[in-house]
Amino acid sequence: MFWQKEIELLRRDELRRLQTERLRKTVAAVWERVPFYRKRFGEAGVGPEAIGSIEDLCQLPFTTAEDVRRSYPEGLLAAPRSEVVRVHTSSGTTGNPKAIYFSRRDLETAADVMARCLTMTGATKEDVLQNMMTYGLFTGALMMHYGAERVGMLIVPSGPGHTERQVKLMRDFRTTILHLTPSYALYLADYLERQGIDPRKDLRIRIVYVGAEAYTEETRARIEAALGVDVFNCYGLSEMNGPGVAFECLEKSGLHLWEDQYLMEIVDPESGRPLPEGERGELVLTTLCREAMPLIRYRTRDITRILPEPCPCGRVHRRIERISGRADDMLIVRGVNFYPQQIEQVLMGVRGVGRNYQILLEQADELTVRVELSASAFDGRVEGLRALQETLERAIREEILVKPKIELVSPGSLPVSEGKAKRVIDNRTL
Amino acid sequence: MNPTKLVAVFAENHTGRLARCAGILAESGVNIHWLGIAGVNGFGVIRFLVDKTDLAYRVLKSRGFTCSLPEILAVEMADEPGSLHFLTSKLAEAGVNLKNCSGFVFNGRAIILIETDQLEAARRVVREQDLHELSEEELLSL
Repeated sequence: MFWQKEIELLRRDELRRLQTERLRKTVAAVWERVPFYRKRFGEAGVGPEAIGSIEDLCQLPFTTAEDVRRSYPEGLLAAPRSEVVRVHTSSGTTGNPKAIYFSRRDLETAADVMARCLTMTGATKEDVLQNMMTYGLFTGALMMHYGAERVGMLIVPSGPGHTERQVKLMRDFRTTILHLTPSYALYLADYLERQGIDPRKDLRIRIVYVGAEAYTEETRARIEAALGVDVFNCYGLSEMNGPGVAFECLEKSGLHLWEDQYLMEIVDPESGRPLPEGERGELVLTTLCREAMPLIRYRTRDITRILPEPCPCGRVHRRIERISGRADDMLIVRGVNFYPQQIEQVLMGVRGVGRNYQILLEQADELTVRVELSASAFDGRVEGLRALQETLERAIREEILVKPKIELVSPGSLPVSEGKAKRVIDNRTL
Repeated sequence: MNPTKLVAVFAENHTGRLARCAGILAESGVNIHWLGIAGVNGFGVIRFLVDKTDLAYRVLKSRGFTCSLPEILAVEMADEPGSLHFLTSKLAEAGVNLKNCSGFVFNGRAIILIETDQLEAARRVVREQDLHELSEEELLSL
C-alpha cells in the first residue's frame, strides 16, 4: 500500500532530477538567509553556484550537532519568525539543547512523510493508534500523531507511563497499534504476563512502532514474540523532523530512506571522507524540503550502510541497514572499541536472561554487565546461575573481545524507564 | 507420599537480603525448619525447608523475590561411621550425580537431604537398600 504512490514509485532518474533541483534551492536559501552558512561556505571557498548536481554536495562543509547547539536558539533559522509555527528541542542534558523550527508547510510535509511510513507497514484508517511517547518538546510523539491523523486513524494520545491505565485504554478503545520505546514495550510485556493478560487473546494489538532508543534485532524478536505483533524498525532524529526519516516496509529488510526529502551520504566517522555505496559508516543527511530550518550535510553520528539492491516492494527510495550504533555511544575499554548494542544482542539471545540490563564501566577499565534473571528460568540451584554467568561471559567476550564481569540480579531490580533507558553508566574518571 | 520441596530464593549478595526474606516469612507465620545458603561471587541461593511451602513461595514471589520449589529426597541413615559412605557409594554405582546435599543428626537420627536431577533413580537405590525415605510430614515433625 502506498500513501504518495507517485513519489514512492518515482523513476530513479526522475528522483535524481528532483533531488538536484531541491538541493540547489536549499543551498541558495541558506546562503541567502542564514549567516552561519554564508560564513561556513565562505571559509570552504564555495558558493551556491558550485552546486550543479548532487555530486557536488561533498564540496560543502558539514553541520554538526555542536553547530546546531551553538546556534541556539535561532541562529539557523532560514525563515522570518512570523512564518514559523513550531519549535521542538532535542535533549540537551548539558548546556543548550538543539532547537528545530518548522513552518506550516514543513509540518504538512512531515505529516505526509510519516503517513507514507505508516501506510508502508500496512496501517490504514481502520487502525487505532495508542501513542505512548512523551508529548512535548520531543518530536517523537507529535510527528507520529500527525502522520497517524493524516492516515485517518483513531489516535489515543495516552503519553507514557501509568501502565494499568494504558491497558484499560487498549481494551476500551480496541487499540491495534502502539508507539512506544523498546524498553517500555518489554516492560509492558512483563506487566501483562504478571497480570495474567494474554495480549493475543485479550488485546487486539497487531503492530508496534518502537523508537527513541537504540535496540537490537534480538529485542525486536522478543517484543514480537511476547506481544504477538509485528515490530517495524524506524529511524529518525529531531534534527530531521523526528521519526519517519526512514522506515521498514512489509519486507522488514532494511529501512527506506525518503530520498525526495533527504540526501544521504555515508562517511568515515573519523575523517569525514565519503565512503563508497554499501560500506558502513556515519550517515550524513541534507534536508531537501525544509523551509524554516534547512540543514546541510548534517552529521547524524548514526552508523549504518546503504543497501543498494532494489526492494521487492518497488519503492525506489534506497534502504539503509538498521542503525548498528551511534558514533557517540561507542565505548572504548582496554583499548577495544564496541557499541552497547553488541552486548544487548548477546544478552537477548540467551535463555535465562530477563528483560533488563545495565553496562557499568569502572576505574581501571573494569567492564561489568548487570543482567536481570528471567524468573521462569530459575531452578533454585546455584549451578544453573553459575553456568548462565559463564555462558554470558564467554559470549560477550567473543562478541566484543573484552571479558566482562557478569552480575546477576533479580528480575525487576534494575531501573525501568518509561522513557529513555539509561543502559550505560560510566564511572571512569580519565 | 507428597514430594518434599524446598523454597529456593535467588539473592544478590547484599546486606540484609536474608533478613528481608526471613521477615516476610515471619509476617506470614511460616516456620523455618532448615536453611542453607549457597553463595558464589556476587549472588547466592537461599534454600528453606518450611512448614507451609506453597504459602512461603507465594508471599516471597509477590514481594518481588525470584523463587522456585526444588524437590528433595530426605533419607535416614544409621548414626554410625560408614553410613554416608555406604549410601553415597550405592548412589554412585547407580550413576546418580548429586547436586546439593546437606546432612545433620537430630535426636540420634541421621538425616541427609539430597538434590539431584535423577530423583527417581536415587529413590530406587534408597528402596533397594531398605533405607527409610522421610515424608514431608515426618521431616517437619522432627
